[in-house]
Amino acid sequence: MTNTAAAAPATSNEPIISFEEVNKWYGQFHALRNINLAIAHGEKVVLLGPSGSGKSTLIRCINRLEEHQAGRIIVDGTELKGDVKAIERIRRDVGMVFQSFNLFPHLTILDNLTLAPRWVKKMPKREAEELAMMYLERVRIPEQALKYPAQLSGGQQQRVAIARSLCMKPKIMLFDEPTSALDPEMVKEVLDVMIELANEGMTMMCVTHEMSFARAVADRAIFMAEGSIVEVDTPHELFSNPKNERTKQFLGQILGH
Amino acid sequence: MTYIDQTTEEPVVRAVSPPSSQIGPVAWVRKNLFSSIPNTLLTLVALFLLWKLIPPLLDWLLFSATFSGSGPEACKATTGACWTLVGVKHRFMLFGFYTYEEQWRPAIATIVLLALICGSGYPRFWGKPLALAWLIGLPLFCVLMWGGVLGMPMVETDKWGGLPLTVVLAAVGIVVSFPFGVVLALGRRSTLPAIRTVSTLYIELIRGVPLISVLFMASVMFPLFLPEGVTINKLLRAQVGIILFTAAYQAETVRGGLQALPKGQYEAADALGLSYWQKTLLIVLPQSLKLVIPSLVNQFISTFKDTSLVLIIGLYDFLTTSRTAVADPAWQPFYVEAYAFAAIVYFAFCFSMSRYSQFLERRLGAQGRR
Ligand SMILES: Nc1ncnc2c1ncn2[C@@H]1O[C@H](COP(=O)(O)OP(=O)(O)OP(=O)(O)O)[C@@H](O)[C@H]1O
Ligand SMILES: [Mg+2]
Repeated sequence: MTNTAAAAPATSNEPIISFEEVNKWYGQFHALRNINLAIAHGEKVVLLGPSGSGKSTLIRCINRLEEHQAGRIIVDGTELKGDVKAIERIRRDVGMVFQSFNLFPHLTILDNLTLAPRWVKKMPKREAEELAMMYLERVRIPEQALKYPAQLSGGQQQRVAIARSLCMKPKIMLFDEPTSALDPEMVKEVLDVMIELANEGMTMMCVTHEMSFARAVADRAIFMAEGSIVEVDTPHELFSNPKNERTKQFLGQILGH
Repeated sequence: MTYIDQTTEEPVVRAVSPPSSQIGPVAWVRKNLFSSIPNTLLTLVALFLLWKLIPPLLDWLLFSATFSGSGPEACKATTGACWTLVGVKHRFMLFGFYTYEEQWRPAIATIVLLALICGSGYPRFWGKPLALAWLIGLPLFCVLMWGGVLGMPMVETDKWGGLPLTVVLAAVGIVVSFPFGVVLALGRRSTLPAIRTVSTLYIELIRGVPLISVLFMASVMFPLFLPEGVTINKLLRAQVGIILFTAAYQAETVRGGLQALPKGQYEAADALGLSYWQKTLLIVLPQSLKLVIPSLVNQFISTFKDTSLVLIIGLYDFLTTSRTAVADPAWQPFYVEAYAFAAIVYFAFCFSMSRYSQFLERRLGAQGRR
């Protein structure tokens, strides 16, 4: 019962991301164990689990920031293997938001946003800037365009990071604990942006322990422990009626205390 | 002094002056020089040493020094420096054995080169006009130095010497070795084992030997491997030796910067789909080079001074010509002046580089940093 092969919901037949018997090791350490998972177009999934359970590792395998050693990962019809060009192509379609924002500190906000469209997609400067301003407006900070990242608050920086990914018009967005580095009063402004994005139909995978967010947008919640997927269910079922002992224990810890 | 209270809705501006006992020169002296007994002792020792050193030094350099005259006799009676030496021998010190009547050419050429380098130092000038200036300036430099056209007699490189030689060896050495060093540093961190091994071997091999032996090999051993009849100019060989040597050191400095860059920067660039070179040129290098400006310029200064080692393969750089100027027995007592003059000129160059490094750091640091 450790490896729950989750069936894709009925939104589409062909999954946009699929993991088949994926295994990953860091040296001798077995970080992902027999992962089977299929994410449908437009699906929103949250990943949760104790620290070190492999949540980051799993989503970082999707855009090949980490390499898996066994099994198959297929993203939007392309299998992730050694081919550098294929990986670059997939990365264009997969946006990622990090816990620590990772904006480029030597570039203005506007340049952070236009960099990838201009260099990866060869978009003309004007067009890229218009696109960037559009997304900055959507994350509600167009007035910060000419500042440098260090001049923004954490919440603003994370919204810029989301806008930076969106400028590539990705098909999938990955979030790795996007709000854990933020002060409590800034969490909401970032979650609001993510909820809007979810409502527009973006395919999203999000590592987060924000229960309210999970309940509001996620189609499925996945609980991981020790490199395995332990339990998959709707957020409502998983949070209020967990079946697995470890899930119960973990939820008890983060909800209880 | 104004003080803005930012915690309230309406900014309240109040005028507040610090207590007068905490500002002004007296307070500064008390705080920085006499704040404790050990500090006071150190201050007194330093003042004593300065009082012992500075007056005699100034006396020798300036007040008792001889500036006029046309030969060593002028300095018979002096207790200070004999700057007559520089007055009489400066042409040889500056230009070595370069044809005497033609020495205006290396003078202009050196000024052109230095102007180009200084101009390139200002971020404001970076762009097309600067590239154009180099495209004109470099050939102009070569034409002036070599001659052989426009009625200027040809002057072979074995006659080049003095300050122009030092400046050329250092400038070309620094400018060419820098990109080479960056490539080596990237190579050493490459994920491709072959590239990594070659870069590491190169860096460790070159760092493991003194510059003198690199120069010596470039000048003595290298020609042995060339086919009969093929010769490569001695100056070029020395220049290549300096470039190869300096690049290994630059590489390690740059690698320090590459390692200091947070991993998240590489990951963010990868996640956006940038290629290796886009990531390197747009994200990694601009940030990591900025981090290592002080060490890079330190390296540039070393290179400038290391060029004096070309003497062992028979090139007359500025230090060597200065020393050769006192080879004449009549001038021999004044060798200290020759070295002092050389030291002052070297200092002027190296100190400018050091100040430039600080300027550049401030200038680039002004763009919002973390
Ligand atoms: N680069 C690495 N080298 C070696 N071990 C690693 C590396 N990255 C992660 N690990 C290990 O793999 C395991 C899973 O790490 P991962 O970062 O995926 O956990 P996580 O579930 O995201 O935890 P957290 O909630 O703390 O972020 C951890 O035990 C971690 O120590
Ligand atoms: Mg993690």
